[in-house]
Amino acid sequence: MLFYIFAALAIVSGAYMVLTRNLLYAGFSLLITLLSIAGIYVLLFADFIAVTQLMVYVGGVLVLILFGIMLSSRVHDKSVLSENVNTVWGTLVAGLILVGLSYNILKANISSLPWLQMTVVDVLGDQKSTVQMIGIKLMTDFVLPFEIASLLLLIALMGAAYIATNKQKV
Amino acid sequence: MLAFVLTLVLLLSIVIVLAYAERKVAAFMQDRMGPTEAGPYGSLQAVLDVLKLLQKEDIVPAAADKKLFKLAPILIFAAVFAGFAVIPFTPDLVPAGIGIGVFYLLAIISLDVVGLLMAGWGSNNKYAMLGAMRSVAQIVSYEIPAALAILSAVMVCQSLDFQEISYQQGVLMNFFPGLGSEVNWLFGLEALGINTTYVGGITTWNIFRAPILLVSFIIYFIASLAESNRAPFDIPEAESELVAGFHVEYSGFRFAMLFLAEYSMMVLVSLVAVILFLGSWNTPLPNLGPIRLAYWTTGTVGELSGMLWGGFWLLSKTFMLLFLQLQIRWTYPRLRVDQLMHLCWKVLTPIALAVVLIAGIWRLLMI
Repeated sequence: MLFYIFAALAIVSGAYMVLTRNLLYAGFSLLITLLSIAGIYVLLFADFIAVTQLMVYVGGVLVLILFGIMLSSRVHDKSVLSENVNTVWGTLVAGLILVGLSYNILKANISSLPWLQMTVVDVLGDQKSTVQMIGIKLMTDFVLPFEIASLLLLIALMGAAYIATNKQKV
Repeated sequence: MLAFVLTLVLLLSIVIVLAYAERKVAAFMQDRMGPTEAGPYGSLQAVLDVLKLLQKEDIVPAAADKKLFKLAPILIFAAVFAGFAVIPFTPDLVPAGIGIGVFYLLAIISLDVVGLLMAGWGSNNKYAMLGAMRSVAQIVSYEIPAALAILSAVMVCQSLDFQEISYQQGVLMNFFPGLGSEVNWLFGLEALGINTTYVGGITTWNIFRAPILLVSFIIYFIASLAESNRAPFDIPEAESELVAGFHVEYSGFRFAMLFLAEYSMMVLVSLVAVILFLGSWNTPLPNLGPIRLAYWTTGTVGELSGMLWGGFWLLSKTFMLLFLQLQIRWTYPRLRVDQLMHLCWKVLTPIALAVVLIAGIWRLLMI
């Protein structure tokens, strides 16, 4: 039941985000989409992912987007409106993805997957959250991708700082 | 549902006391009397202020973005109030004891920022806009030293659950499931050989278990002042330049909501500081040989005495911190924007990073 509420909220706000002309409203409806997806994560016993989603996307990315919109446009100017471009190509690509996804989902026959039938309802067991398991995995099996990601982020940070530096004209 | 109502009532009463205390403290620090007319010593002033606000007309400016303008105060208050869900008030009363409470709290506070942007933009007023911009820039920057300070406490406690962290800091530690055979040593160092598990009191608070956490407590306290837009970090609401910042256009009930959200934020950050660093609902009095002060002032878990003592200690420590916040407000002048950013990025963040490293090493010494 809760799943359908969250899913409906996510779909409605996502559709509103795409259809509205006002960029700022689109940003705020993205907030509702992200929140309802976090709710769905909680229903899937992925509490850490849900909170990370809030932390990274709502606290970081969304605030950055809103800040960008507000800084780059005057109040009620034309530039806060989004326009339709590439109608044909957009429809084509989106339609293809839809067809591909539905084909895969219909073909998968999800309810007979072996790992799904073996799963118990009490996924977490004794542990109260997934944090410990994620931490151990990150430091053992996935330590290389983890370090590479941090290196990439560091490079991006240095690049951003370099671009933003106020260069003195020599 | 009961927890929701109880928390709301508790919060409202704390905020009303706080609003009254703010005026009285301000008055005494400036050698004035403060409110004296309403009730004995003016103690009904805050209640009457709220009633007055509720009767006022709800003005929505004609040029404002009406939907966003109306929604923003609700979103801001909801975000702050949602943070109270994971706060343990007594040894066996916590509205929603989830395993990753600390992380959840950090994330839910960042929702507040979106509400502030909404209020600033919706008002369609340049002062409100500037105020919201400054407020968001400040909160986003100060989240980093605050989160690092919290991280050092979490590393020492090895838990993201507020209730587990609370139990670790007192004589009741072995009652928590999973902590049955844990032992607290003085300063967390087993090498010293002084077992404080049954001494309790102030010797098992986090700032004593790992003295480096005293530094991170100070960092967290400074950063939390900035996160709740309090002086000396109140440039978002600087009266002399921005009138009132992001809530300049609000009136009546919506202003009351914003006011309530701001004070709830103060209460929330103080509660978090108390829980993570100052022993949560544990008593500050240790057991001294036959004089079992800690047991006498803790009560029995699950009974009324445990509830009352826990709530009493938690709230009195929180009020101490709130009083400190008020005192700082009337003592320090406001920081300039560049000073604010300098303090955050060049002073607090490097110290906080060093503290995280030392806390990690300390944790290795603790086992």
